[in-house]
This record gives sequence, structure tokens and C-alpha cells, in this order.
Amino acid sequence: MTRRADMAASPATPPPGTPATAGVWTAVCRYTDLVPERGAAALIGDMQVAIFRTFDGRLYALDNRDPFTGVHVLARGIVGSRGEAPTVASPLHKQVFDLRTGACLDDPRVTVIIYPVRDRDGTVEVWTPSG
Amino acid sequence: MSAHRLPERALEHTSMSEPTGGRLVVVGNGMVGQRLVEALREHDTDRRWQVTVLSEEPRRAYDRVALSSYFDGATATELDLVEPGCYETPGYALHLDEAVTGIDRAARTVTTSRHRVFGYDALVLATGSAPFVPPVPGRDLPGCFVYRTLEDLDAIRAAAKQAATRTRGRRAGLVIGGGLLGLEAARALRLLGLSPHVVELGPRLMPLQVDEGGGAVLRALIEDLGVTVHLSTSVAALSREHDGGMLATLADGAELDVDLVVFSAGVRPRDQLARDTDLAIGQRGGVLVDDGCVTSDSAIFAVGECACVGGRVHGLVAPGYAMAEVLADRLLGGTASFTGADTSTKLKLMGVDVASFGDALAATPGALEVTVTNPVRRSYAKLVVSDDATTVLGGVLVGDASKYAGLRPLVGRALPGDPVAMIAPVGDGAGAGAGALPADAQVCSCHAVTKDTITAAIADRDLSDVAGIKACTRAGTGCGSCVPLLRTLLAESGVAVGTALCEHFDHTRAELFAFARVEGIATFTDLIQRHGRGRGCDLCKPVVASILASLDHGHILDGEQAALQDSNDHVLANIQRNGTYSVVPRVPGGEITPAKLIAIGEVARDFGLYTKITGGQRIDLLGARIEQLPAIWRRLVEAGFESGHAYGKALRTVKSCVGSTWCRYGVQDSVSLAIELELRYRGIRSPHKIKAGVSGCARECAEAQSKDIGVIATEHGWNLYVGGNGGFRPRHADLLLTDVDTATLVRTIDRFIMFYIRTADRLQRTAGWVESLSAGGVDGLAYLRSVLVDDALGIAAELDAAMARHVERYQDEWAAVLADPQRLRRFASFVNAPDLPDPSVAFVTERGQPRPVPLPVPVPAPVRRAGTVAALEVIR
Repeated sequence: MTRRADMAASPATPPPGTPATAGVWTAVCRYTDLVPERGAAALIGDMQVAIFRTFDGRLYALDNRDPFTGVHVLARGIVGSRGEAPTVASPLHKQVFDLRTGACLDDPRVTVIIYPVRDRDGTVEVWTPSG
Repeated sequence: MSAHRLPERALEHTSMSEPTGGRLVVVGNGMVGQRLVEALREHDTDRRWQVTVLSEEPRRAYDRVALSSYFDGATATELDLVEPGCYETPGYALHLDEAVTGIDRAARTVTTSRHRVFGYDALVLATGSAPFVPPVPGRDLPGCFVYRTLEDLDAIRAAAKQAATRTRGRRAGLVIGGGLLGLEAARALRLLGLSPHVVELGPRLMPLQVDEGGGAVLRALIEDLGVTVHLSTSVAALSREHDGGMLATLADGAELDVDLVVFSAGVRPRDQLARDTDLAIGQRGGVLVDDGCVTSDSAIFAVGECACVGGRVHGLVAPGYAMAEVLADRLLGGTASFTGADTSTKLKLMGVDVASFGDALAATPGALEVTVTNPVRRSYAKLVVSDDATTVLGGVLVGDASKYAGLRPLVGRALPGDPVAMIAPVGDGAGAGAGALPADAQVCSCHAVTKDTITAAIADRDLSDVAGIKACTRAGTGCGSCVPLLRTLLAESGVAVGTALCEHFDHTRAELFAFARVEGIATFTDLIQRHGRGRGCDLCKPVVASILASLDHGHILDGEQAALQDSNDHVLANIQRNGTYSVVPRVPGGEITPAKLIAIGEVARDFGLYTKITGGQRIDLLGARIEQLPAIWRRLVEAGFESGHAYGKALRTVKSCVGSTWCRYGVQDSVSLAIELELRYRGIRSPHKIKAGVSGCARECAEAQSKDIGVIATEHGWNLYVGGNGGFRPRHADLLLTDVDTATLVRTIDRFIMFYIRTADRLQRTAGWVESLSAGGVDGLAYLRSVLVDDALGIAAELDAAMARHVERYQDEWAAVLADPQRLRRFASFVNAPDLPDPSVAFVTERGQPRPVPLPVPVPAPVRRAGTVAALEVIR
């Protein structure tokens, strides 16, 4: 759980809450490659990360693996909101996850890992722990 | 034994008062015993009682009323009745497989089959009843069964299976007893592949619930289903045949060759423990109790089918539940008393509706009977009223029990209108709505919940749906027959039932459609800013995407619309369980050239896809990874294919038979018409998928009557059927037009589809939509005809124009993606490695084709959200 952090902001320096654990920022695409209100998958080492750009321009990154089926598909879900929470719904069985925390809003037992993500001069970077 | 049969005054307790706390031992864990425990768990907030339940059965309480659903595939777990955590609660213990063998009233202890002794301050007998097996010679032979527990059902199933191994003709089973349970057993035998015979001593089936007229209709309906009914006779003897079968000889001399016999000739209270300890017993058996469920020993109580209360042993669950509630109240110091219970019954036997309520057999002196019999539709309805025709006393419904929920609560109340109109078939009268009910009328008879309890709960707890009412009041959680009434009560309380699409829109799909059409709204952002809130979700976004597509706002993957699409529409393919996709090219009418068949085969081979023929007469290619989709489509488009929209809420296929071109029976060219219709409506977006079929003659090989739109050829033209459905809830389509020419047919289908698109709810198939048009006594089909044919609403020209626009502007979605590099970029596996396959997806070979390797799933059991049925349908 040390990998959890608040992903909302995207300044040039690592945002507050970036884990103290060793890790690296990896550039994955240009900001404009991302479609508003949709996700995209990125491969970092052997990790699959789902990156979302919401209507207000914010970026979020989650583990791409749907914890209910084990399939790497969360990036292909529908982005929306539930109350104040920005969300994505799994394209398989439609369970909804909070993009900010990775918590499943339909099953309190389940949370997916989230990753720090930022827009650095038009390049999207994702932080993943090393080792 | 007569010494045990004390008069009722034996129950007058003078010395000891009833206990109000301490150790409570409950004997038996059936439906009623469990109900008592749960009532205590709910109300004994001070923990006065330490509850120990002793049950001789190997499993805890389950729904015996729904026992037969076990043969429909329900599992023992699904029938389980015990609330989660019940026996994890401190102070509540359940011991299974441990029968009570004796009671020591002086010492206040019970002894069990495991030689344990439990002390009690209060003892409850909830031992239920045992099947009555009449003394027929041969009744102990192997192959004779009773129908009471899951273990009985397992034994019957095993015997039926064994019978299947014997090489004889059609296998048969005999049910002794033509009551409610006997007919359930006959149904079970039929499901097991046996031809059932039912032998009933009385002059009609279900003699306790149904009168002579109803019995005649019931018999006709049951015999239609392949059950042979023998009335006014009994089984004289049973014997074993050499081949392992059985021979049943009836009292009238008839002989029946059968494979097994099920006794369901009624039940007897299990009162032996009480007899052994000299408790008072009723005249015809049953532990004698007063209206507080107290036996002749003030520390011992009895509830349910083992008890005799008011001189009667009740054999239904509703009175048992009522007794459990009374006893729970008494144990906590209350003064509740059992004043009789509703013995109304409504059930569906082999698809046949039977309902009986109040004084169904008109036993009240001077009672008048009003009956409506329709031998053509095989329905029978009777209302029993008082001699002065002012009060409703009871009734019987056979064949169609849709009026039950409205009529049963009127028992004992003033007759609200013309009794004939009240029981006449739908369309001929207003019927009895919930509004006609007095406030204290019982709406849910299973849990004795009154109308005012429900309306108060709706108001006080701000309930907005049936699920809320169930959770707060338990109404609707028993047999479920009152659920339509609950919906009406919600509506009458001013709650707009389920019309809000989701948290972002307070409107229905039809309302949003109207906003978008009338206000010329072309984007989701515009619509949600004017009529909603938030940023949308997986419920409302696809709905709006569909509406905008129907109003013709360009390719579904253009601009902001792309982000709205359901995850399948977004990639124009259907996601499968391992994250790969299926690709289904359109094959209009199911007609395909050899060259095109070869092309599909080559694509499947070259991309390593699994192929399967679908039910809609086309070919499904499965296992395509997202980044492969454009290359697959390119090959298919080059071979002359286009998208089959298998991923969308859209027209799927128009299935056809070969028709008059080849078939020697065909009277019209069904293939040509099917192709014409499929090409006309391809790509149209709708509230749910649309399937159609065209049959070239009345033999109906295209199964058109199970489709949303079904066309069947006649000598003179076409018959048009609408609102059919297969799948989850099968429904035969309704005949809308007869013997029309092709132009009239197509025009009417145009309007039907457009009217459906404009007015149906989210994920409402045409079947539900057509049914929903019948409300408040209106005949929905006649209404539909008036709108589509006679233009009663004056919108026909608009509907025609909308369809003309659709036909004119149709374009293949796959080809459009292939022609646009911007759209193509969405088909990348990874944004930083667009052509790299997902390394976690793997296949093995099975029967010469690839199949997915199952992935490890970290979460034990997914909690499914409401609406998952619809979600699952997307996946298929």
C-alpha cells in the first residue's frame, strides 16, 4: 500500500504524496495522444498501467488489471463520475472504480493499485516503483 | 391415545406464567422454526434468550415452498433461507443432524440422538409435518418416494436416471395425490423426462383450493402438458416387474406401467414427541396450542405444521410464519395472538396459473358465485360474494391469475364494483387497482404486511423502489405475487418508479430522446448541462450515444461521441472473457456465397481466430486482440463484408428460411425479403438489440415469432408479428397485421422501429415495450396498430422521414474507421507500444481451435451490482 498516492496534480516536480520508495518516472506518450474521458493502456516493464484523461484535463493512472476477472482491460472502460468521484467502469462486468484512490465503489473489499502520473511539458509520465 | 386428546380447556394455565427469558430450545429448523429465530434476533435486543436450535436434518432451513425449483437448476445454496450471520450471532446456536428423542418436562431438559442433554426454560416444537403415505400394498418397494425434502428429490432424480438406463419405450412416473404438491411432483417428473400420471381420489385436481369449474379448466390445461389425470380413483396395489419397472393397479381396474411412484397424498403433523410426553393433542393430530402458541405445558410451545391451533392444523407457510411472529412476541413479554391466517394460494404449476383466496369454495351460507369461463383461452375466474352482494368473500382463478394481487386483499371488504368486470379478462374492465384497497388491507400475505405499513415506509424512509420496500417491510420477499402491487403503491405515493436513468439524469430514456430531438441537442455535454448533472457514467453515456446516433449526428466514433460509446461500440467489437474481441461480419438474411465463406475461413486461419456459427445465421470470429481488429476488418471489407453490429444495441440479423425459391412448401420468397429488411435497418441504434426473422410459410422455420420483428408468409402476402423474444424471458410475438403486401409491411416495420426507438426505456426489448403499452385497461396491441397504421398520434410522417434519413445516410462503421487514421489510433494495445500483444493473453488448442487460458482471479467472488444482467448481455 506504500505505492498509493494522490494522483490529481501534475506539476513538473513529483507531487506531494509521491512515495518515498525508490521508483522511476517513465514517459509513455504525449498528453494529446489521450482522448478526453477515455483511457489508454501503457506497458512499463512488465507492468500494464491504465491512464485516464478526464474532462477537466486531469490525469489518473491505475493498474490496468480488472481485479474481478484478472484481465487487463480497465483502460477500455467508460469514464464518468459517481458523486464527486471521477470513475471508470470495467468493460467486463461494469464494476466502478474511483480513479483517485483505486477503490472499487461497488465492492468495498476490492482496491486496485494507483500510480503517480504527470504531464511534463506535454509528455505524460508514470511513476512506478523500481525493483 | 384418547387420554392425550384433552379438551381445549386443558390449555388454561393457572399456576405457572409463561417464561420471558433464559434458555430457549427450538426443535426443528424448517421454514417456520427459522422464522421464529430470526424474529427473535430482530426483536430480542436485550438478549433475554439464549437460543439453541436442534435439527435432525443434515442441512439448515431452506425454502421448501420453492422445492421444485431444484429441478429447474436451483441449487441447495440458492434455496437456503438462513440470514447470513444468523448463527454466528452470540447466543444463537444451530446443531444439525441431531434429533430430539425425548423431553423431560419435570427436569425441563431434552435428550438428543447424540445422547446430549439440553436444559430449557422455554421449549418450542417446530417439527413440521411428514408426508402421509396411504396403506397401499407395495408402498415400501424400492421405487416409491415422497416429495418433501431435498434428499427426497435427490432420490427421485437418481431413480429417474436409473430408469433411463432400462431399454423400454417412453418412461413414466406415477404421482399419488392431485393436490398442490402432487402437481408439483408431476411437473418434476416431466422435467426428469418421465410421462407423469396423476391419481386423485377426489373428483377434481387441487380439491382444497379449486372448485368444480376451475378444476375442469385446470385438468384441461394440465393434460395439454402431457400429464395423464385419473380422477375419483385410487391406487389399489403396487408391484415390482421383472424388468425393474413397477405395475400400479388402480381401484377401477386400470393398470399402469411406471418407473417410479411419488406419494403426495397430504401431510400429517409430526407430534410424536408431544404425545410421548403427554402434551395435549388435537382431535385430528397436532400439538394442541392456544392463540399464543402455548401447549398444555406453559413452558412448551408449538408453531407451524406440527401445531393444532383453533382446532386446525395449517399446512401452508403463511400461517406458520404468523405463528412464529406471535410466539416471538409472547416470548418477549408481548400479548400477540394468532387469529388465523390467510390461506390464499397463488402458484404457477407447469406454467399454469392457479390462485385461490378467501372462501374459494363458497362455504359461507348463502354465498353467491360469479364466474367467467373462457374455454377457448382456457381460463376460469370466480368471485365469491356475500348473499347481499356487498362483501367479497373469496375467489378462484385458473389459467390467468393476473388479477390475484388486486383481488385477494379485498376479501372481507366491500365489493368495490361490478364483480363480472372485476374478474373479466384484461381489456374488458378496470380491474382492481391498489387505490381501491383500504389502508389496513393485507398486500403481502406471506409476511402479513398491510397497505398502510407499506405506504408509511415509502413516506417515512423515502423509498423509491421495490427493493427498498422489500428491505424495509419484507413485503414481496415471499412468493412475489404482490410485487406488481408494490410498484403501483410506489406510483400512487407519488414516487416516479425507476424513471431516473442514473444519478446524472432524473429522466427516462424517452424523455432524453425528446429533449435531444426537440431542442436540437447534438452533444452529451450540452444535454447534461441542460438536463442533468455530473459527468455521466456507464449507464447514461451509452444511452445518450444511442440517442445521438438515432438522431443522425455522424459516425459514432466522431468527436465527443466517441467517449460516450459503450466499451464494445467504442471498438466496434464485442469483448470476451479474456479481453479479446469477437468479430461478426454481416451476412444479410443468412445468404452467403462460397467465395465469401472461403474469405471468412481464410481470415480466421490467418489471424488464428476461433470460429462458430451463431444462432442468427452468421459466423462469429473470436479471439481477436484489439490491435488486430483493423487488419481483420480490412481483409473482410476487401472481401465485400461490413460490420454486423453484433456489439451494438442495434439491428442484429434478419433470419430466414430458404423460402419459395427452393422449398417445396414455401409460398413467398422469404430470403429476398429478409435481405431487403436487413439492408434497410442495418446500423440503426436502438434502446436494445433488435432481431428479426422471415419465414416463407406457416411452418415457421425462421422462428420469426420469437423475434422482435417476425414476418410469416401467407398465400396472399405477409403476416407481421412484433414483440417476440428468446433469451432470458421468452415471449411469443403478437400478431399485428395480417395478409399485407410488401410495401405496407415495410412501412409498418419502419414506424414500429422508430416508435420503439423514441419511446422505449433503456435496455427495454420490444417485448417489454409492447407489454408496457397495455396499461390501465388499454389493449397495447390495438394502441400500437392505431399509431402505426391509422396514425392516431399524427407522427407517422415524422417516423417515415426519420427512417428514410437513416436508410439514406447509412455507412459501414468498419470501412469508415479504416479510412480515417485518427480513428485507427484507438486500436492500439498500448499507447507506448501500439502493436505489441497483451503479454497476459494466452490460448490453448481445443478440438483444433484456439480457446482462452483462464486467468488467475485474486478476488474470491465478485459482488455483482444491480443491472448486471444487462451488463452480461453486452458481453455475449
